Amino acid sequence: MVKKKPKALVLLTAGTNCDLETEYALNLAGAQAEKVHINDFIAKKRKLKEYQILTIPGGFSFGDDIAAGKVLANKIKFKLEKQIESFVKDKKPVIGICNGFQVLVKLGFLPDIYKKLDQEVTLAINNTGKFEDMWIYLKANKRAKCIFTEGIDKVIYLPIAHGEGRFISKDQSIDNIIKKQNLIVFQYCSSSGNINFNSNPNGSENNIAGICNTGGTILGMMPHPERFITKHQHPRWTREDLPDEGDGLLIFKNTVNYVANGL
Amino acid sequence: MYYRIEVTYKDSLFDSPGKGIKKDIEEDLQIKGVESVRTIDIYKLDTDITKEDAIFLGKQLFSDPVIQKYAVNRPLTADFKWIVEVGFKPGVTDNVSVTTMEGISDILGRKFKGSVSTARQYIIKGNISKKEIELIATRLLANPVIETYEILNRKKIDKGTAVKKVKTVPVVEKVDLDVSDDELVRISDSKLLSLNLEEMQVIRKYYKSKVRERKKYGLGKKPTDVELEMIAQTWSEHCKHKIFNAIVEYKEGNKGIRINSLFDTYIRQATEKISKKKDWLVSLFKDNAGIVNFDKNYNIAFKVETHNHPSAIEPYGGAVTGIVGVNRDIMGAGLGGDLIFNTDIFCFAPPDININDVPEKILHPKRIFKGVRRGVEHGGNKIGVPTANGTIIFHNGYIGNPLVFCGTGGIMPKKIKKVDTSKKVVKPGDLIVMVGGRIGKDGIHGATFSSRKLDEATPVQAVQIGAPIVQKKMMDVLFEARDRSYYRAITDNGAGGLSSSVGEMAILSDGCLVNLEKAPVKYPGLVPWELWVSEAQERMTVAVKPEYIDDFLKLCKSRDVEASVLGKFTDSGKIHVKYGKKTVLNLDLKFVHKGLPTMVLKAEWKKPYIKEPNFKEPVNLSNELLKILSSYNVCSKEWVVRQYDHEVRGGTVLKPLVGSENDGPSDAGIIRPIFSSNRGVVVSNGINPNYGLIDPYWMAMSCIDEAVRNIVSAGGNFEKISLLDNFCWGNPILSENNPDGDFKMAQLVRAAKGCYDVAVKYGTPFISGKDSFHNEYEIDEKTITIPPTLLISAIGIIDNIETAVSMDAKKDGDLVYIIGETLSELGGSQYYHKKGFLGNNVPKVNPASAKKIYKALNRITNKKLAASIHDCSDGGLAVALAETAFAGGLGMKVSLRDVPADTKRNDFILFSESNSRFVVTIHPENKVSFEKIFNGCVFSHIGYVTKEKQFIIKGTNRKIIISKPIKTLKEAWKKTLRW
Repeated sequence: MVKKKPKALVLLTAGTNCDLETEYALNLAGAQAEKVHINDFIAKKRKLKEYQILTIPGGFSFGDDIAAGKVLANKIKFKLEKQIESFVKDKKPVIGICNGFQVLVKLGFLPDIYKKLDQEVTLAINNTGKFEDMWIYLKANKRAKCIFTEGIDKVIYLPIAHGEGRFISKDQSIDNIIKKQNLIVFQYCSSSGNINFNSNPNGSENNIAGICNTGGTILGMMPHPERFITKHQHPRWTREDLPDEGDGLLIFKNTVNYVANGL
Repeated sequence: MYYRIEVTYKDSLFDSPGKGIKKDIEEDLQIKGVESVRTIDIYKLDTDITKEDAIFLGKQLFSDPVIQKYAVNRPLTADFKWIVEVGFKPGVTDNVSVTTMEGISDILGRKFKGSVSTARQYIIKGNISKKEIELIATRLLANPVIETYEILNRKKIDKGTAVKKVKTVPVVEKVDLDVSDDELVRISDSKLLSLNLEEMQVIRKYYKSKVRERKKYGLGKKPTDVELEMIAQTWSEHCKHKIFNAIVEYKEGNKGIRINSLFDTYIRQATEKISKKKDWLVSLFKDNAGIVNFDKNYNIAFKVETHNHPSAIEPYGGAVTGIVGVNRDIMGAGLGGDLIFNTDIFCFAPPDININDVPEKILHPKRIFKGVRRGVEHGGNKIGVPTANGTIIFHNGYIGNPLVFCGTGGIMPKKIKKVDTSKKVVKPGDLIVMVGGRIGKDGIHGATFSSRKLDEATPVQAVQIGAPIVQKKMMDVLFEARDRSYYRAITDNGAGGLSSSVGEMAILSDGCLVNLEKAPVKYPGLVPWELWVSEAQERMTVAVKPEYIDDFLKLCKSRDVEASVLGKFTDSGKIHVKYGKKTVLNLDLKFVHKGLPTMVLKAEWKKPYIKEPNFKEPVNLSNELLKILSSYNVCSKEWVVRQYDHEVRGGTVLKPLVGSENDGPSDAGIIRPIFSSNRGVVVSNGINPNYGLIDPYWMAMSCIDEAVRNIVSAGGNFEKISLLDNFCWGNPILSENNPDGDFKMAQLVRAAKGCYDVAVKYGTPFISGKDSFHNEYEIDEKTITIPPTLLISAIGIIDNIETAVSMDAKKDGDLVYIIGETLSELGGSQYYHKKGFLGNNVPKVNPASAKKIYKALNRITNKKLAASIHDCSDGGLAVALAETAFAGGLGMKVSLRDVPADTKRNDFILFSESNSRFVVTIHPENKVSFEKIFNGCVFSHIGYVTKEKQFIIKGTNRKIIISKPIKTLKEAWKKTLRW
């Protein structure tokens, strides 16, 4: 019997621009992805509960004016709070990539240690002061209790493209809990997997590139897994022998499998 | 109530923007003594909310609780020497304020009423004098053209100022043209019409013949300002390309010919000739962009625009609007193309010119460079288009007038609901709908502004800022509308604004009726002619089918995009514009579009006498190579490239930076626009103003050759390359004030002829283009003219991206080949340039042998026989070899004795920029098949890729003339622009 494909939402708003590749990645991973504008949910033309997976893709929502992700986070909080809260309560997976990560953090969904939906961490302007597009190595935290990293054992390689990605915790205790509860999902590292100063592209605390919530169903990450789905997206595919599948696809596959195996 | 909300970083945290400013003060302004710079963002709200609401917004919207603090109606500054507060001048686009209003509405649950403006304070500590802070304010923090600044040495207590309310009175002035010829010229000058006497006379004549007819519309015999402005915009050099369509009387020695339109004779004719053999050309010259076939389901569109004058005055705004403007060209090509890549090329003066050597009214080239770069970042990244390829040229001649070329490629399904998307149709009764941003005074007279030279009195309102997100929203909704077939035609509001977009679409139905009172404005106070010609950004005009108008408006509303019905298309033969009930413009469509008299221009070519330099071969050639590698024109542009998102959309399969450490310079960009297909689009550029100073004919040939060889180098199909021509010149109209106008015109003729000669032989058609004249700056009665500059942008197809080749050496033991012949033609080379010479022997092109090479190279790449291919251009063979080696992280051993050349001089062989050459490396096992394919072409095996990371070149006398670790070469190449 053919299983029904999980329905994945690619949420659109003014300034979303990584929707095409996110849709493609989800479809390739076995989901049935659909791009829908946030206003259709606010106007109640559509409902979040139609979907099993929510992705907030990269881009410059509202131009990153004021601060990256801030205005969209408020829009979700003040216009869609109930819908999204029940989505999360049902343990349906949520992925925020780049701008989507910034939104989830500012919305208080990540890491949400104190379950109050207060902002506990932030993604500030890079310590380089620059927007930079480059490929970086990531180490997945094997102890992270999240649904996204199953089988990601080796160092993976993905691009970042952001100006505001410097991870900062509100205070030392949040920093401690993030580490202790294994909410860190990805850390910037060297090609051999060393997590050190030189492999940190933006000044993030603990080289943090991605975290999850305490329930392990919400993932936020600055690197773009949707930009490395097939080998031709790798910057060195013309010189290295690479598998056809890109490192980013596994994250989407894990998400789809989690849903397909019953929430 | 007035609220001033200040936001800054918590004291313990590092202020990234402030740190960047400190660095700029020290490095760019050479002012020492700054201890620290911190920034405070300021939001000024004039609205009816309570103080509690304002405080809540401070927490919830304006500040980040993790890292920032905020204050309402009290200053946050603590310790400082100076405060500089920078805000926008009234009427200048303030994007953040628009977003802020939406953010407030979301949070408070009701529509925001009132106004918002933003500002930024720079809190500066250290030993800085009054004079220095003035310099910092005007040369770095604020651009007085668009911004206000205030320098304080005390805290600022701001209670706000009441904004004076303005009422719009739709004043229409009438202009008497029944005057002397001198007076006609004066009218044109004082109203910035940029029309010459003959054109003014033609207009006068038209009005004399229309007296009776005008009465019917309630118009007098004098033209209204709305009419005159429209004619001036439509007849501007920018819109009608008068110089390119002029009759040219060309003289060379005692030979003279009469050329009837350079465009028809050289550009269009080349394409017509070629098109007989190419079945993939779809829409040429007539639309906002050229359209060609991609595959059986899709077409691609390509266009490159210039935004030179706006970028000279306000580099950031000029570049943003350049990008979003050319994006709209693609959005407005056919029924609209989705954007798949940007390509940007800039020409600046060298950034290390002493600040005291830059005339006061001109921005320093480094500031222009940084501003333009930031503009491209914001334009490209925010819209979400990968900047896949580009280049930067440095030459002193661009000091008063930089060149900023912005290009965009797009893709569109060939058919939507059985309608051919490459064609526009307008039927009488279709509604004229303006979509996107509102109209303001920004960008008034842009088209005429670009049609005159810059001087100290350049009009400020011609500067635009650009709101990428407003445009992104608009584009997103227009694609939805396109796919539902709501509209029949679409075009962008660029130069000339509505007068041009509506005026051009009206040709398709043969008339229009517009009511300007319906046009939404950013602020009151605009008079009808301003509404009609304003070039306020982010607007498209669409011809909506009457049966879909409600659906269309509803859709736009649901996406928070403004759409206004301004009137309808007719078949009256007239452009008829009203404001309310009153007619303010009534012109024959034919007169507006065909009434323009043809110019007759003189051109005389006297080849400039430039001495070929005479010097001995330098002893230390390693040093010469290092100097060239680190020169501005050759050095790595990674600092710029990384700040552009060059892989958004996930389709960039050959990135601008490649190689073992992702930092080698790609020859071309390759985009896979459709995930499910392995077909790719290849994009590249060719430009070399140094050659133009010697002979524009050979410059044109070289530019086309460079663009084409870059495509072929990456694996693109030589048989499917289309070109865009983009001429940027000084003023080529001979007059008393412009005594060498005939020479500049002759340079133009030669460049156009060069284009024709090589394009026809290569079979590479022009599909669209652009020209920009008057690239001059006048200061103290001295005119600085740019070097004649031609940019050729090429777009090609790679049938299977699997066959793409990058430029980096791949493996030790690989064989190194040179393809093509090296000649001692170093005129205009980087080598001569570094030595202070221009030289006379400019590189030529031999189309027949080049074509053979390109076809052979296609066979090589299709069979995957090459490990790396890199074209030889600026810096010649030496630079190409060095880049190939260090990009691959490998060494190289090469012998110059084996290079097919007409000279024994090592420096000439190393640095000659002869065209149609490549450095290719191959795996040894492919030697036989490789050489067989190149049989009949000039090529030679010249060396090996080595494991030892040393770059070694043996001279023609078998002695080692260069030996350097690749690390040293790469560092020389990378350090120059590591800002």
